[in-house]
Amino acid sequence: MKNYNIQFDKNGRLRHFLTIEGLKRQLLVDILDTAESFSGVTAQSIKKVPLLRGKTVVNLFFEPSTRTRTTFELAAKRLSADVLNINVTASATTKGETLLDTLHNLQAMHCDMFVVRHDRGGAAHFIAQHVAPHISVINAGDGRHAHPTQAMLDMFTIRRHKKEFAKLNVAIVGDILHSRVARSQIHALTTLGVNEVRVIGPETLIPCEVETLGVHVYHDLREGLRDVDVIIMLRLQHERMKGALLPSEHEYFRLYGLTEEKLAYAKPDVIVMHPGPINRGVEIDSSVADGPRSVILEQVTHGIAVRMAIMSMVLSGSASIPLSIRPPGMAEVPKTQEQLSGKANSEGEII
Amino acid sequence: MRLRIINGRIIDPANSIDSVQEICIADGHIQSIGAASRDFTADREIDATNLIICPGLVDLSARLREPGYEHKATIASETRAAASGGITTLCCPPDTDPIIDTPAVAALIRSRAEAAGYARIVPLGALTQGLKGERLSEMAALKEAGCIGVNNASRHITNAHVLRCAMEYAATQNLTVFLNAEDYWLRNQGCMHEGMVSTRLGLPGIPESAEVASVARDLVLIEQTGVRAHFCRLSTARAARMVARARYEGLPISADVSAHHLYLTEMDVGDFNSQCHIEPPLRTQRDRDGLRASLARGIVTAICSDHQPHEPDAKLAPFSATAPGISALETLLPLTLRLADEDLLSLSDAIACLTHQPAKILGINAGTLSIGAPADMCIFDPNHYWTITEKTLLSRGRNTPFMGWEFKGRVTHTVMGGKVVYELVG
Repeated sequence: MKNYNIQFDKNGRLRHFLTIEGLKRQLLVDILDTAESFSGVTAQSIKKVPLLRGKTVVNLFFEPSTRTRTTFELAAKRLSADVLNINVTASATTKGETLLDTLHNLQAMHCDMFVVRHDRGGAAHFIAQHVAPHISVINAGDGRHAHPTQAMLDMFTIRRHKKEFAKLNVAIVGDILHSRVARSQIHALTTLGVNEVRVIGPETLIPCEVETLGVHVYHDLREGLRDVDVIIMLRLQHERMKGALLPSEHEYFRLYGLTEEKLAYAKPDVIVMHPGPINRGVEIDSSVADGPRSVILEQVTHGIAVRMAIMSMVLSGSASIPLSIRPPGMAEVPKTQEQLSGKANSEGEII
Repeated sequence: MRLRIINGRIIDPANSIDSVQEICIADGHIQSIGAASRDFTADREIDATNLIICPGLVDLSARLREPGYEHKATIASETRAAASGGITTLCCPPDTDPIIDTPAVAALIRSRAEAAGYARIVPLGALTQGLKGERLSEMAALKEAGCIGVNNASRHITNAHVLRCAMEYAATQNLTVFLNAEDYWLRNQGCMHEGMVSTRLGLPGIPESAEVASVARDLVLIEQTGVRAHFCRLSTARAARMVARARYEGLPISADVSAHHLYLTEMDVGDFNSQCHIEPPLRTQRDRDGLRASLARGIVTAICSDHQPHEPDAKLAPFSATAPGISALETLLPLTLRLADEDLLSLSDAIACLTHQPAKILGINAGTLSIGAPADMCIFDPNHYWTITEKTLLSRGRNTPFMGWEFKGRVTHTVMGGKVVYELVG
């Protein structure tokens, strides 16, 4: 069987952004650095750079989402791309059209990038395997598998506050089993080389053999929070209460809800993160969510810069896009030879 | 057709034959092995120099998709593919549409197979009506219509009382119950083995316990009812060990494994390879090694293809939305021969797992080259190297994870009922 990473083109450049797994540390650092340069743009009064002018980005959402879709849309618009939002749950698939049909139709409209969210794991990989060679795919969340842009914005937030990754102890708390965010965060944190990644939750919400991803499992929140620098709380979906996974929201909050009292077990300068939307009183107490250690709203702000960085790096086919923000009217980033000829190897083999 | 095959190495495990001899066939039956009577005149003579002649293969599980799923495959297309793989008898599970829970459907399948003329089909009847796990099927009528056993396909019977009654009734009719062991509730929407890879990919997992718990329950009921039972396609080493213990205690049970479970593991799912979306799922390397050991120790006695052809679209979707199963008729023999090459089994034992052992499980007169037996034979070149590609496949299903693999050993002729039904050209 051929062994290749579909995320890279044959020249080893990032073409799709599907999962953090398999990416090198330097690439992640490049993304963070690039995002850092873009975060200036988002604070300017004129918030646009012409890096993706003339490009068309399709937000292809097979699962409802407001926040992620909006930040992707903003990010693309600030890069001067044209943006198309397609909510597929409500249109094609209900008429019996297959995923591939939908894809081929959109492809026929000459788009440059698909930002995909789907409720099945592997959907982004599947789409990346079947798109035309000039199209890039960014995974905006697939099933329980991955949500790599969310993980990168979390890394960005962590770096803003902690500078160095090497000494950090990071705890991810809650429903690890169903969380694509947690999986991507684990890969990002271990790739960036933090000291320790802990996952904390009841056994019913911890995926089996999760230690193989390089994390330590804790079932006791207080014990797990001891001396951590970063706490990432995960959202607990209400429907988890319907099955046999948990007895009640009340007991969950008592054991795993983050309160001031439990926060005291962590380092004094700990930061508290959450991918949102938060369930106050279920996984996190309002006083913590709105308190001084919380960086939850910052994460949302950083989401735009990080997604701008990833979109521009993927569409320019390299990690070396200009870090300085050029004045309006600057030349478009040159296309790679493959994009010009449209003949890139569709499998993205590294030769 | 009177046929004489000369110079071939005959391997017939049931009769402990392994030698170069001549074999003569007349009226669809084997007339002689060794020197034929002087007045035998053949219509055709096959020179099998350097080839091996063994009984036609008996496949314990092949979905032929007819009736009901002809967009995937048909009895004609799949029996022809079976013939090219040396298989002359196919056992098909009852989950066709309509389901094999009435004699008419069983009769239809048998007549279609006869019309196609490439291989024999022995159907399994439904254990419960509509495979719903609620009411017993008319087993006596199904038996009269040619069903050689009863099975609930992959629909787990969650109500143990119903299963107990079904076993008792099947025992009364002297029918073997074929069991697919997978607990419905423990499976819980899973689509691959629950373990390292499912955790990494975030795919819902099917725990080992889904199979083990089901085998445990079924063993209790087999012991209580005394029914003859067969476990289809074990996927875990632990379940195989439980079957070993129960056999040692004298329970009338047997078990088979699919050829692909002896080679592939959860790791082969890799990055969502839908060709490795299989039920029961590919499990760990330890399980694969355990299944191989059970085979070598004679606990698992048969290897089947578990053939499930699909149209290309069925595999073109995100992993969990794809249809499970692989097209496997044409890889059954080469994969099994490879076990002999890897010294897990002797060549004769490997062939036994595809011939008289599955025939014994089915209780049919097949899988041997005894004098007077139906002349079903597979002739293959054990040293022929070939690569499986879209072009070599005869099955309508192109869904195989083995695409591009190089195999050693290829069928040159298949004889069914004394007729040459397949011949390798070129």
